[in-house]
Amino acid sequence: MSSTSALEPGPIPVATAIHGSAVRRGDLWFRRLSAGAGIFVLALMAAIAIFLVWKAVPALQANQANFLTSQDWSPDDTAGAKFGIAALAFGTVVSAVLAMVMAVPIGYGIALFISQYAPRRIAALLAYIVDLLAAVPSIIFGLWGLAFLMPRIEDLMIWLNDHLGFIPIFKNTIGLYGKSLMLASIVLAIMILPTVSAISREVFNQVPLAHIEAALALGATRWEMVRTAVLPFGRPGMISAAMLGLGRALGETIAVALLLSAVFTINPHLTEPGGNTFAANIALRWNEAGTLGLGALIASGLVLFVITLVVNMIARIIIERRRDFSGAN
Amino acid sequence: MTTELTEAPALPTPVPQGLAGGTLPRWAPLGCLAAALIVAFGLAAVTPVSGTAGTLLVAAVLYAGVQSVWSFSVEGRRHAKDRLATTLIYSSFFLAFVPLVAVLTTVVVKGLTAFNAVFLTHSMRNIDLAKPGGGVYHALIGTIEQVGIAAVLGIPTGILVAIYLVEYGARGKLARAISFFVDVMTGVPSIVAGLFVYTGFVLTLGFERSGVAGSLALAILMIPVVVRSTEEMLKLVPVELRESAYALGVPKYRTITRIVIPTALGGIITGALLAVARVAGETAPLLLTTFLSQSINTNPFTGPQASVPTFIWDQIASGTNASIDRAWAGAMTLILLVMLLNIAARLVARFTRVK
Repeated sequence: MSSTSALEPGPIPVATAIHGSAVRRGDLWFRRLSAGAGIFVLALMAAIAIFLVWKAVPALQANQANFLTSQDWSPDDTAGAKFGIAALAFGTVVSAVLAMVMAVPIGYGIALFISQYAPRRIAALLAYIVDLLAAVPSIIFGLWGLAFLMPRIEDLMIWLNDHLGFIPIFKNTIGLYGKSLMLASIVLAIMILPTVSAISREVFNQVPLAHIEAALALGATRWEMVRTAVLPFGRPGMISAAMLGLGRALGETIAVALLLSAVFTINPHLTEPGGNTFAANIALRWNEAGTLGLGALIASGLVLFVITLVVNMIARIIIERRRDFSGAN
Repeated sequence: MTTELTEAPALPTPVPQGLAGGTLPRWAPLGCLAAALIVAFGLAAVTPVSGTAGTLLVAAVLYAGVQSVWSFSVEGRRHAKDRLATTLIYSSFFLAFVPLVAVLTTVVVKGLTAFNAVFLTHSMRNIDLAKPGGGVYHALIGTIEQVGIAAVLGIPTGILVAIYLVEYGARGKLARAISFFVDVMTGVPSIVAGLFVYTGFVLTLGFERSGVAGSLALAILMIPVVVRSTEEMLKLVPVELRESAYALGVPKYRTITRIVIPTALGGIITGALLAVARVAGETAPLLLTTFLSQSINTNPFTGPQASVPTFIWDQIASGTNASIDRAWAGAMTLILLVMLLNIAARLVARFTRVK
């Protein structure tokens, strides 16, 4: 055997290099590793949804009230679990939308200032300072809102009641202020300001210089240039910025938990103490909840997850239609 | 064609504003501002306008009004609009400074009451919540360990995902799906990450609430941030660099690990540090996964472990004067931690810029 094999022509090294597989083993593994990490991210998103549904179902089955319309929250009641998200959904949506209404125009203004009005040399520094606002942890915003803003803003709320009291959300029937949805919305607006301004700034910076120069060359004033060249170009980004800000406000937890009185009633008078949101309710009730209580909180968290997912997906789809572009940072 | 040209819609005749039309003097904005401030503070002295904030608001409205009317009468409608828009855009920018300055000064002023060496080196074990004393030491240990483990888990995963998206994915279906969901993941509320880790790690796998459970939640929040920043940096590496390596027969994975990543390393580190800074201040997911603790626990794998954000939360919940002071000192510790990470990130970015 050995003599015959010695006579047979062995593999020619050069030939294997050319005819062999072009994929090297190290390459294959590195590719698999990085693709695996990517697939892991997809699996993670799926796992979040699956686990929340799985752990929410027992509590939902034990629930004797309507989960969507009830304003009760007594899932650990021995007489039978009763809980519903109506008050949570109201507080979450109202505070987030109100925050968006306040933050979005100012955020656009900041973005326009940094991208179109500020001197080029200091624009980056100014952008960095605004981004610092995003670096402040949410618990500090909550503490600040409680200790600094709440006593100072009462005058404004009294003024709103006196002069705009015919609008239900500004009406205060009990003469008490303090921890309210209005206060939470104002702090939320401050917190989402850097998100809105950073993303719209990114699109405003991408406006082709030719469009801007063309507008100015035709004799447009600076504002006319912004209105005819910058804003139309940036519109998808501006819509996405508003929606991503909304998404952030919907999911904000700790600041809101500190700034609401956490009651389970729907009250359209937003300056009166009260209000509750999905996220704040979870944080406040977590450590005292029993088995069904945890299940109920997980169910409400699932609703929050779905809402933010939908808002974020719409925002991303709008922004991706225009160009390959991200506002993650 | 020619008819179309001749019958083009009549454009408004451009008025040669700068040449024949009037313009406001150069000092007009500053002059109006000074006048508005004087009038507003004068009004505040005579009538009961509430506080400095109210007075400044009155001044701003006066300023915008006076300048617009003046500009309208001298320069015309277009320039009046332009000046009004400029005023609004400038003031929205300065409005953003108000909360930033207010938050930072409040934290520093109130934080200094209880912030000292004892605070930084002692835990809350056996401390009466109603009395001063104790500190944040146990929470600092917890935060450093939890965030450290989260970084070890989250940063390599994020970098690998970014490598796939930039180097291998090549805009395929999988890469587009991953990219989309990474973006969506940045919007996942932090408390949902905490809920997920609790249901998966604690309820399903049966582990107890511990520091490492918190780390898992923080890692989930870090991944999308790291992916996005790394992706941006990898895209900045010139294609020529990669092609030169391939031309020399260097395998693709060695090109990535030896050429592409070292070139982009500064930016990748900056992004990772910013991601760490972002999760270091997270409270909600830790509240669900690490529980609260008053004692030093150096082992993140067993038992409740404190962290600086949950320490602040706990002290606010106690509600006594001494504990509120501790909450502010904790807030100052947290701000210092986050700002140090931010500054470190900027310094890395500055000194390792791709040339």
